[in-house]
Amino acid sequence: MLETDIYTVNVGPIHPSTHGGLHVEAIMDGEIIQDVVVHLGYVHRSVEKIAEGKTYQQFVPYTARLDYLATNLPVLGYCQAVEKLLGIEVPERAEYIRVIMAELSRIASHQIAISATGIDLGATTGLMYGMRDRERIMNIFEMTGGQRLLSSYIRIGGVAADIPDEFIPAVKSLVQDIPRMMEEYNGLMTGNEIWAARMEGVGILAPETAIQYGVTGPNLRASGIAYDLRKAEPYGIYDRFDFDLPLGKRGDSLDRWQVRIDEIGQSGRIIEQALKAMPEGEIKAKVPKVLKPAAGKEVYHRIESAKGELGYYIVSDGSSKPYRLHVRAPSFINLMVLPVICRGGVFQDIITNIATLDPILGESDR
Amino acid sequence: MQEFSLERMIQELEGLLGDKVRTGSDQFFTVLYIDPAALTILMGKLRDEYGFNHLANLTSVDYGEEFEMVYHLYSIPDNNKVLVKTRVPRTLAELDSLISLWPTADWQEREVYDLMGIKFKGHPNLVRVLLPEDFEGHPLRKDYLMGGRK
Repeated sequence: MLETDIYTVNVGPIHPSTHGGLHVEAIMDGEIIQDVVVHLGYVHRSVEKIAEGKTYQQFVPYTARLDYLATNLPVLGYCQAVEKLLGIEVPERAEYIRVIMAELSRIASHQIAISATGIDLGATTGLMYGMRDRERIMNIFEMTGGQRLLSSYIRIGGVAADIPDEFIPAVKSLVQDIPRMMEEYNGLMTGNEIWAARMEGVGILAPETAIQYGVTGPNLRASGIAYDLRKAEPYGIYDRFDFDLPLGKRGDSLDRWQVRIDEIGQSGRIIEQALKAMPEGEIKAKVPKVLKPAAGKEVYHRIESAKGELGYYIVSDGSSKPYRLHVRAPSFINLMVLPVICRGGVFQDIITNIATLDPILGESDR
Repeated sequence: MQEFSLERMIQELEGLLGDKVRTGSDQFFTVLYIDPAALTILMGKLRDEYGFNHLANLTSVDYGEEFEMVYHLYSIPDNNKVLVKTRVPRTLAELDSLISLWPTADWQEREVYDLMGIKFKGHPNLVRVLLPEDFEGHPLRKDYLMGGRK
């Protein structure tokens, strides 16, 4: 009988498959994973403390840097939280522009997830397709805010400026091409037998476990639970749109992958409806230069970000700066489930699971 | 299970916990203020009898003499919501961990310990999660000196 030993393999923090600064310590028994320990904090910059020293408006650009792959979503969540705190009504046109920008961000984020999963699992060509299509969304962001990656175009009370003339044709042509894009991703990868073998039955997340661990977003829906804040607790004007929630059946990596592709299509549907219904008018409410919410007032506002439930908890002390600001980051909480879904699998499953959980470290480390 | 009713829930909880629980509300939430000693009992009831299975958010606020712990609870799929708050004195910042009720409390409590310095009894692995192990102090406390790190 051969004597075997437990040994440790470190993945990251500097490793392309960890999506930036994630350190995973795998405790291995031969080829089988016994446990996984996640080490965070490599990109921690204490945004919650920074917020206490900034006025409400000054903090807007910091939020864009939380989830830098879906840049408009964290900004939207923060601005809506502050608007809720102050009771600011946002003009109709701005609401529609926000929905379009938010859904474009969701598509861009899912395309990165798809591309990154491709390169992590050795389908390098897949990376090119997702990035190529994402480039068009980056160009649209550049038209509005002048920024491609870290757009702070959404502001407290509305958006920074009206959309330019070339915006609507560009978005329309993008939305038209979405079914073709999905067909390509599916044809190139989902339908590939080797691809499916790497993902099917890997990292199964049971629905009960998902809820216990606070998992939200596409990861929760891949486990078969139809929970999306755009429907469960519609914020902004999301109650006006008609869209479906793609769900998984097995809760494995392949489901998490498929749900993201299908969500791109649903976001396309929302953008289409928003383009049709968007009225003319103001793009920003009259917001005072200095914002001072009443002392002792607090708010917890949550939105469905590309990664899950993104919440902002803000406490005011009556001054122009937040007394306390806490970000409920979906990536941070989704990552907690990584050891659970990895245990008992083989080493290569860690890479698959990280890729399909789609964490973003800027958000989880804050 | 009976149909959920917030009024009935509050009545039953007040009957069970007496003056340990106080109810209030703000613009967005029904708030339950609970004595830290009875936190686990209340949370267990909320989870098992009233269907609050989603501990969405767990955080803390520094109010000088006291720290306030804040828990945002939701139910999936009914989407009821309740806010639970409890206060611990600064000199003895310690309360029960909720990890046995919701595993999602694990890292969130570690984060509160890391940044605010509140200890959680019964947490199996209460170590820093975001800051390095040898970091001194808890930056989200109001008396933490910015740039005061040695």
